[in-house]
Amino acid sequence: MSDHDHHHHGDEHAREHDRPLSGPALRVKALESLLTEKGLVDLKALDELIDTYETKVGPRNGARIVARAWVDPAYKRRLLADATAAIAEFGFIGRQGEDMVALENTPEVRNMVVCTLCSCYPWPVLGLPPVWYKSAPYRARAVIDPRGVLKELGGEIPEEVEVRVWDSTAELRYLVLPERPAGTEGWSEEELAEIVTRDAMIGVSKVAVPAGSKR
Amino acid sequence: MNGVHDLGGMHGMGPVEIEKNEPVFHSQWEARVFALNLACSFHRKWNIDMGRHSRERIPPAEYLAATYYEKWLRGLEMLLVEQGLVTAKEMKTGRAEKKAAESRALGAADVATFLRNRRHARLDDDVPPKFRPGDRVIARNMNPTGHTRLPRYARGRRGVIDRDHGVFIFADTNAMSRDRKPQHCYSVRFSARELWGPGAFARDSLYADLWDDHLDAA
Repeated sequence: MSDHDHHHHGDEHAREHDRPLSGPALRVKALESLLTEKGLVDLKALDELIDTYETKVGPRNGARIVARAWVDPAYKRRLLADATAAIAEFGFIGRQGEDMVALENTPEVRNMVVCTLCSCYPWPVLGLPPVWYKSAPYRARAVIDPRGVLKELGGEIPEEVEVRVWDSTAELRYLVLPERPAGTEGWSEEELAEIVTRDAMIGVSKVAVPAGSKR
Repeated sequence: MNGVHDLGGMHGMGPVEIEKNEPVFHSQWEARVFALNLACSFHRKWNIDMGRHSRERIPPAEYLAATYYEKWLRGLEMLLVEQGLVTAKEMKTGRAEKKAAESRALGAADVATFLRNRRHARLDDDVPPKFRPGDRVIARNMNPTGHTRLPRYARGRRGVIDRDHGVFIFADTNAMSRDRKPQHCYSVRFSARELWGPGAFARDSLYADLWDDHLDAA
């Protein structure tokens, strides 16, 4: 679908009663009733799966990891040495996060994550991937023109900075540990987690102190 | 397969556009098709690599025109019939001819455990690595018609083993014949210039996760 409306799908669901279903919506509905009738799926389990990724698992998880690494040097060492275990300390484990690697951004090195072949993404820490990450433009360009993509999305990268692109071609899943922004000295872990964005943890932008921040 | 899904390095796909405040799903059917895929995987009739390969087999023009969850729908429809959970006739008519042989479906109470369980792409098999960090390698020039996780842009290119991730299921064979073929998977560093020529930035590099069967000593 190309008409990216901003309605939550709950609203969409309400509106579906007032208008005919479109192509894929109709096919999915037919498939869902067939699979239910055959006893292959349980509707309540579908609701639970959807609720998990809409309300429980998302980039706020990853933000907590990053904030902890910023305030706790021992945690940061553990994260960089064995990201799967360090992330599991928060209970963030399971599907599409079985084998995690953390990549540290520094003033000298910028890391950026892509999956050129499909849409591999670290679900337990970032949730389900956004449309742009799964799109042909990002998958095509991230590897051949990372600086062009970064310039468009987050600002130009100085020539002396090394750009490392990580193509998720196996079952390793990558989390970028962004640089802690200047001006956040003395902030609590919770306050820091608030400003960490999904896109910074994919590596396409930096973490910034928002204008009008409470500090 | 040299499919259109292997997008790395292609031109003309347009700008990367980030949607502000993007919802997890853009419509109810996207959410349902996502959940149907996970709920059907509970029956273990296919593995994740077969799942990826189903989407790669969507005809190229259709693949590029489809949205992400349309691809998931198409791939699921293929797998359900190919792996015998649904007959071709049932898929066509939308009516069940008989109940599935599977004794039970994933229940709501099982979901949390189901999602937290590791699926063990990493294996405990004692297989010696062919390479060590620092070794120079060349990615094979191979063009299998089936599934492969070696992208075209890396084939025939020289790189260096950055780290050894350990022993993993080999996706290429696991997708085609369920042969796990346990072997080491490495992060391989390629310089941007090796991949894209002298116009690329000298310092920049690309890391891809590749298996022993993708690599030769250089």
